Amino acid sequence: MARRIAFQLNGAPAEVEADESASLLDVLRNDLGMTGVRFGCGLAQCGTCAVLVDGAEEPACALAVGAVEGRSVTTVEGLGGPEDPHPLQTSFLELQAGQCGYCLSGILIGAKALLDRNPDPTRAEIAKALAWHLCRCGVHNRVMDAVALAARRLREGAAA
Amino acid sequence: MIPPALQANPELGRWVRFEPDGRARIAFGKMEYGQGAATALAQLAAGELDLPFARLRVVGAATGDVPDEGMTVGSMSLETSGLAVRTACAEVRARFLAAAADKLGCDPAELSVRDGAFLRGGAPTGEDYWTLAGAVDLIRPATGEAALKRPDDLSVVGDSQPRLDLPPKVFGAAFLQDIVLPGMRHARVLHQPAPQARLKSLDEAQVRHAVPGVDILIEEAFVAVICASEHDAVRALGAAERAAVWEGAGELDPALAEPASLKSLPSESFAAGAAPAERSNRRRISATYAKPYISHASLAPSAGIAWFREGRLTVWTHNQGVYPMRALVARVTGLDPSAVEVIHAQGAGCYGHNGADDPPAEAAVIAVRRPGAPIRVQWRREDEFGHAPVGTAMLIELSAELDASGRLVDYTAEIWNTPHTWARGHSVVETALKPLDGPPPTAPARRLPDGTRFSGGLLNAIPSYDIAARRTVEHVIDPPPIRTSSLRGLGGPPNTFAGESFIDELAQAGGADPLAYRLSMISEPRGRAVLQRLAEMCGWERRGEAGSGHGLGLAYDRHRDRGAFCACAAEVDVEAEVRLVRLWCACDGGLIVNPDGARNQLEGGMIMAASWLLKEQVKLGGAGVASTTWDDYPILRFDEVPPIEIELLNVRDSRPYGLGEISAGPVMAAISNAVAHALGVRIREAPFTREKIAAALLAN
Ligand code: FES
Ligand code: FES
Repeated sequence: MARRIAFQLNGAPAEVEADESASLLDVLRNDLGMTGVRFGCGLAQCGTCAVLVDGAEEPACALAVGAVEGRSVTTVEGLGGPEDPHPLQTSFLELQAGQCGYCLSGILIGAKALLDRNPDPTRAEIAKALAWHLCRCGVHNRVMDAVALAARRLREGAAA
Repeated sequence: MIPPALQANPELGRWVRFEPDGRARIAFGKMEYGQGAATALAQLAAGELDLPFARLRVVGAATGDVPDEGMTVGSMSLETSGLAVRTACAEVRARFLAAAADKLGCDPAELSVRDGAFLRGGAPTGEDYWTLAGAVDLIRPATGEAALKRPDDLSVVGDSQPRLDLPPKVFGAAFLQDIVLPGMRHARVLHQPAPQARLKSLDEAQVRHAVPGVDILIEEAFVAVICASEHDAVRALGAAERAAVWEGAGELDPALAEPASLKSLPSESFAAGAAPAERSNRRRISATYAKPYISHASLAPSAGIAWFREGRLTVWTHNQGVYPMRALVARVTGLDPSAVEVIHAQGAGCYGHNGADDPPAEAAVIAVRRPGAPIRVQWRREDEFGHAPVGTAMLIELSAELDASGRLVDYTAEIWNTPHTWARGHSVVETALKPLDGPPPTAPARRLPDGTRFSGGLLNAIPSYDIAARRTVEHVIDPPPIRTSSLRGLGGPPNTFAGESFIDELAQAGGADPLAYRLSMISEPRGRAVLQRLAEMCGWERRGEAGSGHGLGLAYDRHRDRGAFCACAAEVDVEAEVRLVRLWCACDGGLIVNPDGARNQLEGGMIMAASWLLKEQVKLGGAGVASTTWDDYPILRFDEVPPIEIELLNVRDSRPYGLGEISAGPVMAAISNAVAHALGVRIREAPFTREKIAAALLAN
């Protein structure tokens, strides 16, 4: 049964009329206009649909919208835009960490979750945190370098 | 001489135009899908025109005004399209120079161009491309008479310009998948389990019960459900799947997934090269290599949109060519091509012919039967793995003769494979609308002047060395047991994997060092330079004894025997599995337009090919492909990707070579050689899984 479901989306209140079992990915893309959240498998196996729910990384394809009621959801659009990019987005562009870029929405979210809990990750820690995210174009090394660069900038910013 | 792409689209104004807003409009028929083609081509245009890069506007590909350059394939954009773009731009610059000289009453030789402005004796004249735009007619065919600049004079070329397509991708935009059109309806297609399968029945009431209001379209074996929301379309497809009964789907023997099965299938054979080796007392060595069917495994399941209004059809696609898509769509809808417009939007990387052509063709079929609303067809992950074409399996039997000194004097490659471009130009919607009677029709085979068939299987079949006698025998299996089509590099990477692994075996047989053995057979200085540089980069002299569990290997080839020179090295640890420690690549790709883009392509190719070699195999079962999720089809992950070092040599050479597929073969062979060095025994069949490693050790 469709009903009203409210939650915080990218820092602002959001509300949808939806079946509570509807996939969060579908609702974000089709009802709330967050098309940056990507469909890759629908089976929690690829990481393209990753979002933050109360700061923790989750595959939106495997979450029912009812499960985020009253909670806070962040998508890639919520990290920053062209005018106010997040340091991760800036460092990804600076190091040209992307080819087709289809994996990037989810990877940026995964990297944000990592840096929030570990501001100074090693290469191995970055690799482990991102291991469930697939990238077929092979930009893994650039991505790991860009995450490390953003981490350094964020630490320096915090210290300043 | 006028390059073929310019000959086919001779009007200069289709390539370059100067627009009132002070920008130059640049168009070409190659698709951007993250490989950096658009940025590099724009750099070449800016270089020939003497324009600042920022004043260019690159228009997206669409049928109509944009040059028709067929498919974006073979990593040839920079080689073929690049020459056309440069030739067109050089001629446009020359025409403007003449017009400026005319207006200023001087000799064109007195003028130069800087940042789009015309200078006389180095001083501004007040004229630029835009002030003169009205005086120069670009609606005229190219003559090919203007001289191209020397590479050193091409400003912008050789700069690592940031890619034009990347910024939207970090902010969550940029893809076909993001397009929302007014009144757009969501369709899902229930695919035939096999091309010959017929729909016996489908209980529509059951589907309508699950999703009231669903629009069900059934024609022969084509089944689509069309809904206002994607949520409903997904559920309707699930219901349709349960409500459908198929017949005649047949069963595929799972053993057909193994390359060894290729020999059991009917084939046509072609022999070429030197006469059969005469009997001699030379030493003969043989080995058999194999690679299985490989999925493109694009990260996004394919999608397409079609909208039929007032007798005209508009199609949005992320495929490799808008004009070929127009031809396909016209064929499957029966519309005249002039009534079809195709617009390109970016999708995930495709690495060849994946599922990209199918959903837009399906959307077009639906749209002409349901006019008025845009129809969006989105494939599921299972559709992309299960119904998109795959790269063919190959079985490669190699044999070589060594003279008394151990020198390689005679080489034979005998290859079994299905055509590497078999499904090109075709869509699954065709067999759905007209299920096959008997085996599928043979796709038009491309015959070479000598009567042999171009299947893609002979690329780099013979290693790139000075070998006196060489021959190939190719067995082309057509039709293939499953839908095959082009995958990055076609037969090239598997052949290099086999040939360059075999070269290590030959070196070993003669007691020679693999590097020295190779260098003794390369007379081409550019090839030698690449291999020597690679040896320095990877510290070849520190290579230890075989069988320690730790291995270092290298490999080399010249792409398709006439392109870029590439050598790769790999360092591995092998216990139960192969762990990549580090990879290296030295490459002479000639003129490098965008060094960072070139590195990105080379590295991406290395990681993908490492993944093929170590992990990937399409499995068969039931009526078709059985590996339909990422769990069944693992690829290399972040925690398995090693650090990679790349060096570019000879970057100001006169011509650029395509780089997108050149590192794949050498890196596969380098890893294969490193694994053999680590284990002291050789594995000759990809993927190099735990089971294969255990079996190789046991057999020893
Ligand atoms: S789409 Fe959610 S993990 Fe793949
Ligand atoms: S950049 Fe294409 S999948 Fe990662």
